Amino acid sequence: MTTHLVITAVLLPLLTGVGLLLLRQQPPFLQRAVSIGSVFIQVILVCQLLALVNQGDILTYSLGNWAAPFGIVLVADRLAIWMLLITALIALFSLLYALLDVDKAGRHFHVLFQLQLFGLNGAFLTGDLFNLFVFFEILLIASYSLLLHGGGRLRTKAGLHFVVINLVGSTLFLFAVGILYGILGTLNMADLALKVAALPAEHVPLIKVAGLLLFGVFALKAALVPLYLWLPNAYAQTSAPVAALFAIMTKVGAYSILRVYSLIFGAEAGLAANLIEPWLLPLALLTLVIGMLGVVASTGLRQQTAYLVIASVGTLLTAIGLNTQAGIVAGLYYLPHSTFAAAACFLLANTIAVRRGEFIDRFESGPSLPHARLIGGLFFMTAVLLAGLPPLSGFIGKFMILKAALAHPQLVWIMGIVLTTSLLALIALARSGSLLFYKVQTVRGQAESAVPVPITREVLPIAGLLALCVVLVVWAGPVTGFLQLTAEQLLEPSFYIQAVMTLEKTP
Amino acid sequence: MEAIISLIIGVLTACGVYLSLRGRTFPVVLGLTLLSYAANLFLLAMGRLTIGAPPIITETADGYADPIPQALVLTAIVISFAMTAFVIVLALKTFKEMGNDHVDGIHKP
Repeated sequence: MTTHLVITAVLLPLLTGVGLLLLRQQPPFLQRAVSIGSVFIQVILVCQLLALVNQGDILTYSLGNWAAPFGIVLVADRLAIWMLLITALIALFSLLYALLDVDKAGRHFHVLFQLQLFGLNGAFLTGDLFNLFVFFEILLIASYSLLLHGGGRLRTKAGLHFVVINLVGSTLFLFAVGILYGILGTLNMADLALKVAALPAEHVPLIKVAGLLLFGVFALKAALVPLYLWLPNAYAQTSAPVAALFAIMTKVGAYSILRVYSLIFGAEAGLAANLIEPWLLPLALLTLVIGMLGVVASTGLRQQTAYLVIASVGTLLTAIGLNTQAGIVAGLYYLPHSTFAAAACFLLANTIAVRRGEFIDRFESGPSLPHARLIGGLFFMTAVLLAGLPPLSGFIGKFMILKAALAHPQLVWIMGIVLTTSLLALIALARSGSLLFYKVQTVRGQAESAVPVPITREVLPIAGLLALCVVLVVWAGPVTGFLQLTAEQLLEPSFYIQAVMTLEKTP
Repeated sequence: MEAIISLIIGVLTACGVYLSLRGRTFPVVLGLTLLSYAANLFLLAMGRLTIGAPPIITETADGYADPIPQALVLTAIVISFAMTAFVIVLALKTFKEMGNDHVDGIHKP
């Protein structure tokens, strides 16, 4: 039974998506019930997988019972399940918010949402590079449609840019995969790790080209400078629950970077070892700076949140770029925190925007908000999280990153940039909060904008996401303990390789 | 044959890059298509170029074509086909909503 648990996490959203397609003639509440029920089951399923991988084993599943490296394998180690858990939780709360009215704005919202989860879960679980490409494409094509869901001029324009840049990225991915296969004759990640480690010197430059091409692709997905320009408009213009779900999408790029460059081009990769080490840290710090400048310069809350996503990717990859165990632990702790907080901020921005009439989420003094205390309180907590102030998880995350950086030769740069950008975030968010909530002016002739849904139902998903951040603080001890083991597993690729390559056929 | 194939891939890529940097959606779509052609040819060539060799084991064969890149290319073709269809529809939608076919939605004569 447990052998098939791994693939269930991939199949469940796929089958739900297809099932929802068949239910399209049925009343909306049935579709909603099926969709949310499926996501709920995913959360439980992933918790069960978490309990299994936490015993120390790496679960593998060979599709079609073809032994690795000839067949495709799914590999569930601690990192993959950690990502799955974050995805499932964020999907749950985004979907809860979408159930209010967003899913009615166009057709097939729930189908696309489930297929997006299918792509995400697959990308985290797969142990094959070409399969990773396929799952990237699945999650991308679902995300294109989700991004455009509901329509609108600005959304279409942002969507076109998003689609075109990602198609170019896919082409680059194919070129990189082609080079790797042409030289090494395999695409199984564990087998690639073995082959790269034993690479003869004459093939090293080509493999490095392939590795760096792949890094370009993942950097594009992760919105690393200079490949971040597609993100701000796309995320700011799409509907709130979709933007909240997309908060995990940049993390797919970060996950791929962590996976590929610790397993295939890690410390034990012989002549191609630590391939991206000279690139990752400077680019991550630059991303952090540019993202934060965007945060300061934003004219609306959704745009600001989009830039905060870029900045959080910068912070996350700074931690990973330290290339130490402590750095990876800090990064993996910061990852769910930044994802949840950014998602909460996207949802909150929508809640604010629909109540301000024509002012939407722009930073201008507008009419006073109904339920200003409740919304303002939530905004305050989100801002504290995003700026990284004590006592919430943003502070612990950044503290762990800085602590991990203490031994790094570039300590001054890391410390200076992380702290300065935190200050910038604090200033920018304080300004946004005071413009949105304090500087109220009476707007003549403007009636209270009609808000169809009661505030409690809107607040519930946001509060849920913020509560997850609180959980990260309260149980910081067990979480970091788990992440410590995760980082150990990552930095010792032989566990992964052994688990995949000694795979026996299941009867 | 290697030289011709690599020349074709190079020219396709160059044209693809040039066209996808253009300002209007139609050349961009064409550019993406050319890029995906180049990627597909490249993947196929990575299985080494062979003529008339069987991809599956037979007793009489003295050489084999690598079947895996062929399978990969098949997958990649299907995906790029779907993506091209999607981006064409999206380009038409942008044209309809923006009133012009510039990628930024602003008409620049």
